[in-house]
Amino acid sequence: MSINEKQDGIIDDFSLFDDWMQKYDYIIDLGKKLPIIEDEYKTEEYQIKGCQSRVWLRAYEQDGKVYFKADSDAVITRGIIALLIEVLSGQKADDIAGADLYFIDRIGLKEHLSPTRSNGLTSMVKHMKYYGLGLKKKLENHE
Amino acid sequence: MKVATDKKAGFECRAVESARADFPILKTEMNGHPLVFLDSAASSQKPRAVIEAINDYYTTQNANVHRGVYTLSQQTTDLFEESRRAVARFINAPSEKEVIFVRGATEGINLVAQSYGRAFLNAGDEIILSELEHHSNIVPWQILAEEKNLSLKIIPVRDDGSLDMDAYQKLLSSKTALVAVNHISNALGTINPVEEITKLAKESDAAVLIDGAQASIHGSINVADLGADFYVFSGHKMLGPTGIGVLWGREEILEAMPPWHGGGEMIESVSFEKTTYNELPFKFEAGTPHIEGVVGLKKAIDYLNQFDPAEIVQWEKELLNYCTEKLTAIPGLRIIGTTPDKTSVVSFLVEGTHPYDLGIILDKLGIAVRTGHHCTQPLMERFGIPGTVRASMALYNNKEDIDRLAKGVEKARNMLV
Repeated sequence: MSINEKQDGIIDDFSLFDDWMQKYDYIIDLGKKLPIIEDEYKTEEYQIKGCQSRVWLRAYEQDGKVYFKADSDAVITRGIIALLIEVLSGQKADDIAGADLYFIDRIGLKEHLSPTRSNGLTSMVKHMKYYGLGLKKKLENHE
Repeated sequence: MKVATDKKAGFECRAVESARADFPILKTEMNGHPLVFLDSAASSQKPRAVIEAINDYYTTQNANVHRGVYTLSQQTTDLFEESRRAVARFINAPSEKEVIFVRGATEGINLVAQSYGRAFLNAGDEIILSELEHHSNIVPWQILAEEKNLSLKIIPVRDDGSLDMDAYQKLLSSKTALVAVNHISNALGTINPVEEITKLAKESDAAVLIDGAQASIHGSINVADLGADFYVFSGHKMLGPTGIGVLWGREEILEAMPPWHGGGEMIESVSFEKTTYNELPFKFEAGTPHIEGVVGLKKAIDYLNQFDPAEIVQWEKELLNYCTEKLTAIPGLRIIGTTPDKTSVVSFLVEGTHPYDLGIILDKLGIAVRTGHHCTQPLMERFGIPGTVRASMALYNNKEDIDRLAKGVEKARNMLV
């Protein structure tokens, strides 16, 4: 599935919720289910600094695609991370670098990605795109 | 109490419970719920009188101060200087010359560090701070310490959030040049024994700065009795506008200090060969000041003066006790800062939840609290926690606000745990 197909799937899922509580219950649930990142990666090196909640992000490449693993100490942040991973992990570097993440706005979670929230998520999206961009350059250099 | 001395004999103080109606923002909604504002330690709300004073100022009174010969400018200057006198009375300063208008407590501390500190502190001198300090009362001293080769000594905090006074006494020595501590902790609400801290510092001939950012809204400040050398506070934390604050300093020290910022207003005469400086307090007020902020600050003081400060303190104590009791009943909730000498701040954690998650759910329920480290990272480190949720109350809060908070925390806990 492409990035946009994944985003549209999430938008469909969220359209079923009647109020903010159902939506947050779902996000919290996603947060609790997100596979825990191995402790060896929960280090300063992988940490994305956020004022309110801490976020760790690790990316690796396999068969020309980029995979992400991430974690946070706050469960709502973890839930939103789960959504970002669902959309971006396993995609081509090129697509990640150029992705327009419209689903965040459409499911009403834009506030979590505003730079002033300082919860590390804005930086995380930036880092995910950098990984995409970095890998894209690497692949181009090999050609 | 100082504030009461402004009142005429037989003057009936307003009941504190009547204050709430004066704050228009408390009638607004947040996320579809009536706003419950519990973040006054970050910035207090403003009564209508302050809001109207700023509006009136620009509508009828706007002109630059201390400059014009025309009537409007003279009137503005009078208004401006009347505010300085009101501040002096509010903190019981011996002279209005000792009241320097600054942007806020932070700027006041930076002024002292950069002017007094650079002129009078020498390599090897020690500055004593506490583990309770806001970054504003840490970083200016670190900058100075690096520049002048000074060292910082830190008073540790006990488990209940109070300062370890025995440790403080051991830190004091002939090397101690300055002690800078807060009057009330922003993160935990601890009221520090500033009189005793000052007295002990003076036995070591150290200068003393008290950061009163959290204290000015709660009742009386009496700098004459306190015996410290500097006291700073911010207008916006005491019902006044943002961008205005006060540095009070003892006259002879301020006289001896070199200016910090240069510019208009702070000079007596300027030539390219030599500039001489204006007298106090203008020596430290370079540039056009925050006039409407100064005007608004006086209104905030006038507003606070309508109440008996003892009654404000009593009401806040009642709110604190009620909040503590309500929150303590929630399973897994732990309050950080439990000393009985506390103002109306409750900092807490709920087992199995992150402060950020709690803050997000409370926001959805219309409840404004602060989450995070509260600009006191060393203190959070001391307690081994990432941060807290902080509910801070002011005279305009009521028990309903606290009921909403307690219900909100329970709801959030049910969702998160």
